[in-house]
Amino acid sequence: MPPRKKDAQPNVSADDLKAYYRDMLMIRRFEEKAGQLYGMGLIGGFCHLYIGQEAVVVGLEAAAKDGDKRVTSYRDHGHMLACGMDPKGVMAELTGREGGYSKGKGGSMHMFSKEKHFYGGHGIVAAQVPLGAGLAFSDKYKGNDNVTFVYFGDGAANQGQVYETYNMAELWDLPVVFVIENNQYAMGTSTKRSTKSPSYWERGAAYGIPGEEVDGMDVLAVKEAGEKAVAHCRAGNGPYILEIKTYRYRGHSMSDPAKYRTREEVQKMRDERDPIEQIRDLLLTGSHATEDDLKAIDKEIKGIINDAAEFSKESPEPDLEELWTDIYATEVPQEA
Amino acid sequence: MATEILMPALSPTMEEGTLAKWLVKEGDTVASGDILAEIETDKATMEFEAVDEGTIGKILIAEGTEGVAVNTAIAVLLEDGETMDDVSVDTSQSQQPVAADKEQSSETAPAAAMSHPEPKQSDRTPDWPDDVEVKKTTVREALRDAMAEEMRRDENVFLMGEEVAEYQGAYKISQGLLDEFGARRVIDTPITEHGFAGIGVGAAFGGLRPIVEFMTFNFAMQAMDQIINSAAKTLYMSGGQMGAPMVFRGPNGAAARVGAQHSQDYAAWFMQVPGLKVCMPYSAADAKGLMKSAIRDPNPVIFLENEILYGRSFDVPVMDDFTIPFGKAKIERDGDDVTIVSFGIGMTYALEAAEKLAEEGINAEVINLRTLRPMDTETILESVRKTNRCVTVEEGWPQGSVGGYISGVIMQEAFDYLDAPVITCTGKDVPMPYAANLEKHALITTAEVVAAVKKVTYR
Repeated sequence: MPPRKKDAQPNVSADDLKAYYRDMLMIRRFEEKAGQLYGMGLIGGFCHLYIGQEAVVVGLEAAAKDGDKRVTSYRDHGHMLACGMDPKGVMAELTGREGGYSKGKGGSMHMFSKEKHFYGGHGIVAAQVPLGAGLAFSDKYKGNDNVTFVYFGDGAANQGQVYETYNMAELWDLPVVFVIENNQYAMGTSTKRSTKSPSYWERGAAYGIPGEEVDGMDVLAVKEAGEKAVAHCRAGNGPYILEIKTYRYRGHSMSDPAKYRTREEVQKMRDERDPIEQIRDLLLTGSHATEDDLKAIDKEIKGIINDAAEFSKESPEPDLEELWTDIYATEVPQEA
Repeated sequence: MATEILMPALSPTMEEGTLAKWLVKEGDTVASGDILAEIETDKATMEFEAVDEGTIGKILIAEGTEGVAVNTAIAVLLEDGETMDDVSVDTSQSQQPVAADKEQSSETAPAAAMSHPEPKQSDRTPDWPDDVEVKKTTVREALRDAMAEEMRRDENVFLMGEEVAEYQGAYKISQGLLDEFGARRVIDTPITEHGFAGIGVGAAFGGLRPIVEFMTFNFAMQAMDQIINSAAKTLYMSGGQMGAPMVFRGPNGAAARVGAQHSQDYAAWFMQVPGLKVCMPYSAADAKGLMKSAIRDPNPVIFLENEILYGRSFDVPVMDDFTIPFGKAKIERDGDDVTIVSFGIGMTYALEAAEKLAEEGINAEVINLRTLRPMDTETILESVRKTNRCVTVEEGWPQGSVGGYISGVIMQEAFDYLDAPVITCTGKDVPMPYAANLEKHALITTAEVVAAVKKVTYR
């Protein structure tokens, strides 16, 4: 991974830098709150937190334009917040309430927003990869220049359907960015224990798909790589692979004690590479923002997250009639 | 304001745990992410992290305490400048979760385990008016014509699958479509069922109307996850925001002498899944009318064809736009003595048996279901209330069969009308053998249907 030249005055406006800080902080605070609500028994089942990986989605959303699509796995809260979905609707889905994005019928792993072109939220590892290529297929078929971001992890990267999809995506020049969020652990299995070819982006070469490795703890590096990948796709050159090296601080899910790695490993990453601390340092040392500016953002985020948590508790459980709705459509859901 | 730190639930099933060890003591300052304690759940020992920053004012539950209920206050966290004197803690009362009572919910859930639609009058209108001209058409041509008409009608309809374009279809169902619609809309895929089924579902999410051809449904097993988990469930999981309006089609069931891996009838499997619709046409008119409805339907439709039926000819009405609605069975033959229910190629045995039985003075009413989900149970029940006897016919396996479901519905809805137990005629409970004589015996036979009818009519 070629290290990005760190510059206190990057070619990004102070407002954009502050926006990245804000968006990443929002994800982190949201996830911490979700963890807390899970502990209180308000969120059930599986709950996979995104803490540590915030720079991936925020960097790539900075490279997206209106109309672009995104689809991901079950570790999806960060993706939804980054593409502009309402934290209240996401949190209320986590608590299984009527005000959730899926009216409480999807849960943490299954949420969607036609309006924000967010196509899930998929609970089967790697199933979103051909789905995302299919979304890209629909845009190419319609003749527009939209691009689809397909997010999947290093664990999913060993599923067969990923390679079936690579083959067809390149064969048909589909405008899709395959984003491998390599957080180094597929649940409890480290990349070292699951493959002897740990450079996931290079696997695209077998199908003729270009790609690169990206520092996923550096939001500006992610944005830069995202812009390059998107330009490749929009120009009609077919798919592109970004292997984004990232790290999740929490366990695989809420019930994972994470005994497969040392406390020191996690702490070192938090202390030295944290994506939010990095952008915070840049904002202050580069004089793009003052301490007071950042405090104001922190306060704003705290308010938004508290409101989301309150909403998620107050929103009623879905009406029992909802059990029997949305099984069959009577008309085709229209494009937003 | 001081906050209570509560005993967390750290797994989907945890109700209580052991507070194994405190890693902070009273007076310590903590920040978000700091490890506060080790907690043993029903599964593992977990580290419990702080969410808020502050100072540990008081530890309420000593380490080593077992059986600490979830949501019990275990410590008090003070904000800047606060002391324990500022707070009064009532440790006798743990904070109750806001979640609504689950037991109450399940008790009042609508009791509809077998949710049949409200009894309704069956629809006996003919498929087309009497004065319409008909033309002898093969099932193969009918399917092709249906797809071509719908592709002309809707630019978003496209066909993808193995050998559908340049080869003109492995079974020639897509003959001529590439010439008319071009490579953009008639797309040859590599041999990669899981992948292209998923791409098809994604394209449907994106607003297109894909027809995904499986060279045979045996190969759809590789794509089962995308069909069930992605296509069938997304409308529900998204609260109605998006779904997969598309058709999965191809030949299903036994062909001839192709052995166990190419000869399975999947009707009963797919019929079980809410979110899917399932068609299994018998005649060319069924094939055409149902295929057109399937392509227009806003839901994922499984369209089960049959290789042996492809070459058979039937009357098809010459009409601009001939469709057959889902959930409307067809009475292929009227009778009073017994009801024979079948679908797809099973109809050939059912109708042959009815001919033979008529020679012996037994008048069978033969119902062609055409769609298995939704299933026109009302037509079946009306007939059974008249004949008081029923035999079902299918090529699939006996355990968990379509006939088994039908016989359950009849027992629950028309038990008092039955003069004999329902007999389900199915394929034998074996993988399909290759040898010609064994294969013939493994399938349902007309003789077996005749024997079953004689048994329920006590002849």
